[in-house]
Amino acid sequence: MLSIKGLHAFYGRAHILQGVSLEAHAGEVVALLGRNGAGKSTALKAIMGLVPPAQGEVSFDGRRIERLPPYRIARLGLGYVPEERRIFTDLTVMENLEVGRQAKRGAASAWTEDRLFALFPNLAGMRDRPGGRMSGGEQQMLTIARTLMGNPRCVLLDEPSEGLAPIIVEQMAHSIRTLKGEGLSVLLCEQNLHFSQAVADRAYIIEKGQIRFGGTMAELAADSSLREQYLSV
Amino acid sequence: MNAVLQVEGLHKAFGGVQAVADVSFAVAAGEMLALIGPNGAGKSTCFNMLNGQLAPDAGIVRLAGRDIVGLRPRAVWRLGVGRTFQITATFVSLSVRENVQMALYSHAGRLRSLLQRFGAAFRAEADALLAQVGMLDQAERPCGVLAYGDLKRVELAMALANAPRLLLMDEPTAGMAPRERVELMELTAGLARARNIAVLFTEHDMDVVFSQADRIIVLDRGELIAGGTPAEVRANPKVRAVYLGSTH
Amino acid sequence: MTFASILIQLLNGLAAAASLFLVSAGLSLIFGVTRIVNFAHGSLYMLGLYGAYTLIQALGRTPLGFWSAVVLAALLVGIAGVLIEVLVLRRIYRAPELFQLLATFAVVLVIKDIALFTWGAEDLVGPRAPGLSMAVEILGKRIPAYDLLLIAIGPVVLGVLWLLLTRTRWGALVRAATQDREMVGALGVDQARLFTSVFFVGSVLAGLGGALQIPREPANLDLDLAVIADAFVITVVGGLGSIGGAFLAAIIIGVAKAFCIGIGTVSWFGFEISFSKLTLVVEFLIMALVLVARPYGLLGKPQALQRLTTDPAPPLTAPSWKIALVWVVLLLGVPLLADRYITIMLTDIVCFALFAVSLHFIMGPAGMVSFGHAAYFGLGAYAAGLLFKRAGLPMEAALLLAPLCAGAFAVVYGWFCVRLSGVYLAMLTLAFAQISWSVVFQWDSLTGGSNGVFGIWPSAWLADKTTYYYLALACCGAGIAILWRVLFSPFGAVLRAGRDSPLRAEAIGIDLRGFQWAAFVLVGALAGLAGSVYAFSKGSISPSTISIGQSTDGLIMVLLGGVETLTGPVVGAAVYTWVRDAVARHTEFWRAVMGGIILLIVLLFPQGLVGGLKALFLRWKEQRA
Repeated sequence: MLSIKGLHAFYGRAHILQGVSLEAHAGEVVALLGRNGAGKSTALKAIMGLVPPAQGEVSFDGRRIERLPPYRIARLGLGYVPEERRIFTDLTVMENLEVGRQAKRGAASAWTEDRLFALFPNLAGMRDRPGGRMSGGEQQMLTIARTLMGNPRCVLLDEPSEGLAPIIVEQMAHSIRTLKGEGLSVLLCEQNLHFSQAVADRAYIIEKGQIRFGGTMAELAADSSLREQYLSV
Repeated sequence: MNAVLQVEGLHKAFGGVQAVADVSFAVAAGEMLALIGPNGAGKSTCFNMLNGQLAPDAGIVRLAGRDIVGLRPRAVWRLGVGRTFQITATFVSLSVRENVQMALYSHAGRLRSLLQRFGAAFRAEADALLAQVGMLDQAERPCGVLAYGDLKRVELAMALANAPRLLLMDEPTAGMAPRERVELMELTAGLARARNIAVLFTEHDMDVVFSQADRIIVLDRGELIAGGTPAEVRANPKVRAVYLGSTH
Repeated sequence: MTFASILIQLLNGLAAAASLFLVSAGLSLIFGVTRIVNFAHGSLYMLGLYGAYTLIQALGRTPLGFWSAVVLAALLVGIAGVLIEVLVLRRIYRAPELFQLLATFAVVLVIKDIALFTWGAEDLVGPRAPGLSMAVEILGKRIPAYDLLLIAIGPVVLGVLWLLLTRTRWGALVRAATQDREMVGALGVDQARLFTSVFFVGSVLAGLGGALQIPREPANLDLDLAVIADAFVITVVGGLGSIGGAFLAAIIIGVAKAFCIGIGTVSWFGFEISFSKLTLVVEFLIMALVLVARPYGLLGKPQALQRLTTDPAPPLTAPSWKIALVWVVLLLGVPLLADRYITIMLTDIVCFALFAVSLHFIMGPAGMVSFGHAAYFGLGAYAAGLLFKRAGLPMEAALLLAPLCAGAFAVVYGWFCVRLSGVYLAMLTLAFAQISWSVVFQWDSLTGGSNGVFGIWPSAWLADKTTYYYLALACCGAGIAILWRVLFSPFGAVLRAGRDSPLRAEAIGIDLRGFQWAAFVLVGALAGLAGSVYAFSKGSISPSTISIGQSTDGLIMVLLGGVETLTGPVVGAAVYTWVRDAVARHTEFWRAVMGGIILLIVLLFPQGLVGGLKALFLRWKEQRA
């Protein structure tokens, strides 16, 4: 579904991604793990075209996308959920969802407001509330729901558990498993290994802009030296 | 108790919504007090009232016995309160050393000079503070290019520049890797004990909170719902229901 | 005043408010989504007015002809706006915002000359609206029917805009993009098309505002900057991004102006107060008052976009002494080789160099962008001239006291300005410059009004052009050296630190406003020195030294050279002054040529001349390594 080969990207003059390669298959949840500053967020931004890739290939559904602007990538069915949530604070919940709406593509499952409210029941009771007057957990749900309105087939999730109360993190894990059940692919960045273990099938570890490990969650769980070296939990 | 910071009956409402309601607590010298709670519980509001960024609707904030409500942040700083921010605030176009020197110059009241060269004075003092937080090797780099965790250390060094008696740290470890988090807070705790500084911090990482705090207070919807040692708070059913859930 | 005449003035004011509102609403929309402070917005209004004039002649003075002309003119201006967006601005959305500002200045210059070429320099008086040329009698006073129609148009447009913004998908996208345009793109929205559509709507509003004024005001070439100043004031008083706020502000200012005209000259306790002379100033007074009481405007929100530069500034490097010495020697040697003409031009250049460096000091390292820096240059020039001619001081005393006068004005203006930041601050500086200009322009008995002051010549020992050049070089060179030196002092470091993070500065005990205020006074005094030296080199002064045009010239110099380098403003001042002079000797349409050159530079060197050359040099070095 999503395949990245030898991706390089710069942030200003800093060489952040130094040849990243990874894959996410249809219906799979893949975690991209690593320390802060390892290049996780930049990897997602480079895939999405928000940071222009300097070199390398990004293919989505067999199509090369590394030269496309973000909106064209989004329209191909690749959704992006940013780390800082980036809710439109002046817009209501319904209007935030409206901005995320895209024309339907093929037979892909069409998300509607009602289905999203079933997935995130907290949002259902605050349709007309401005995004700026929601709690952090509610905003995290809204930012995912907003991206789902575009009916993506694959979602890039940047640190969905960051800064959330433990009880909300549990709900978030449940929601991601539901998305997987719907057949969506998910590539998520995380620092929280517990959370990743609860939702992901496979994981990559990124360190200093390079992939240092790729394998199943079980393999990662079995290798404590790997976790110690790159994730230091 | 020898309280450095004493807060009594703090209230703040925004457009009819009660953000902080009747909050009282105290922090003693050398103590690490963690303020935790769900997002939107009023932690940041509470914090901003302690150093003068926000004016409370009611309540008393005493620093070493003196009421500091109504003072501007810069006046509160002069009384010995250091502060770090949830989203780091440093001077990105100045070097790491110059950032700390800025705080030292300010502490000494020597910023008004027009023709001296900035950076000539307080070099050794700045380097000593940077050594304490482990940033001496990056002293020449501009803050604009530092990694996030390193910026947090620079902030800590700046907060220590006026020999504070109270440190206010709003989410000091947000955006850091797990090991860095524990390291930073161990460093802070060490400094707090060695220099008898009271530390009040908010934090989302429960590992950090339960391993580093001497006491914890829990805020929910603007009200304090619990307080005590880490073990007491962990066992509190109310806290588990609104905040911790089943995993901690 | 009787009740009837109060009512009439109220209606007059409301009629004037309609066009003000249309222009400002367009400006606000465009700024919100694209973050571009579009200086060319007033030019679009001007085009609307001229366009309606021509189209009415073509379509006939019938009601149908008139109204089709108005609508068509607005739509054509909308298309002009789209062309500006697609051909110029779209290419530089990633450039620093101040640089986009420079591009819009260039567009102003180009449009002004297109208008000059097409319609000539004479004012064009349009026809009355056919079918609406009669007057309606209200309480015994007569009011034009057309004005009543205008009064109705304002609320109608407000309503339509409100529906568009809150009830349509386009509106949701516009409001979302106003907050976070990158995120909107990541959600699959084509930003380029959204921006173009916003530019179209905003430009149509400007064009319509202009076209509707055709029966009320003659089309003329000075409207562009006059209207943009009005539109800035209204947008800022209402609150950036608030359409409702713009409506409210337009009404307040339209009515206040109408009352000033209506009241005329009143005698209170033996004092003659001419309210009609206040007309030019009243909106700026209102703006200053509103911004001090409500720093984000009447209906604006504190979190509204207010920063002008978002990228973190790079560290500042000091110019090297050796290179500076080489330049000083070169500049000292020039008059020995060059003719009188070049010496005079070099004198101009050193004056403008100090002017530009002082502007750069405040907008670059100190982070306070000023749209009205000419206030201090011009007040310095006038202080020099008036101390010399009216107070009879010796030339040397006048030359040196003038900067103190400019500094004294900066004490007052700066006190207000440092309470604001970002675009609001920039607009307030513009307001003070306009107030100064209006006072100078109208106070005939003291300042000579629009004619200015003549016969301001240096003392005999300085009368020789070469000698005066050396004086100018010494004064302005010293000014520049002081400013550069101060930047690296603790004081200058505080200013840079305050620009980087006001929050942190306050948290380590720094009274940032106090430092910023002092900086305002310092640059005001030194800009005043530049003006004072300039006045004695020209022998005369006119209000144009305080005009918006002079302020934008300063901005162009700084931005052309590059805001991120210290030497950039000097290079910008030299290049701009020299090229302008060279072009103006060959063509009447020097503005269009200048605009074209600036646009070319903007598109080729988005970091400014010096920044761009530096980058080229670095690339060349890397390739060789």
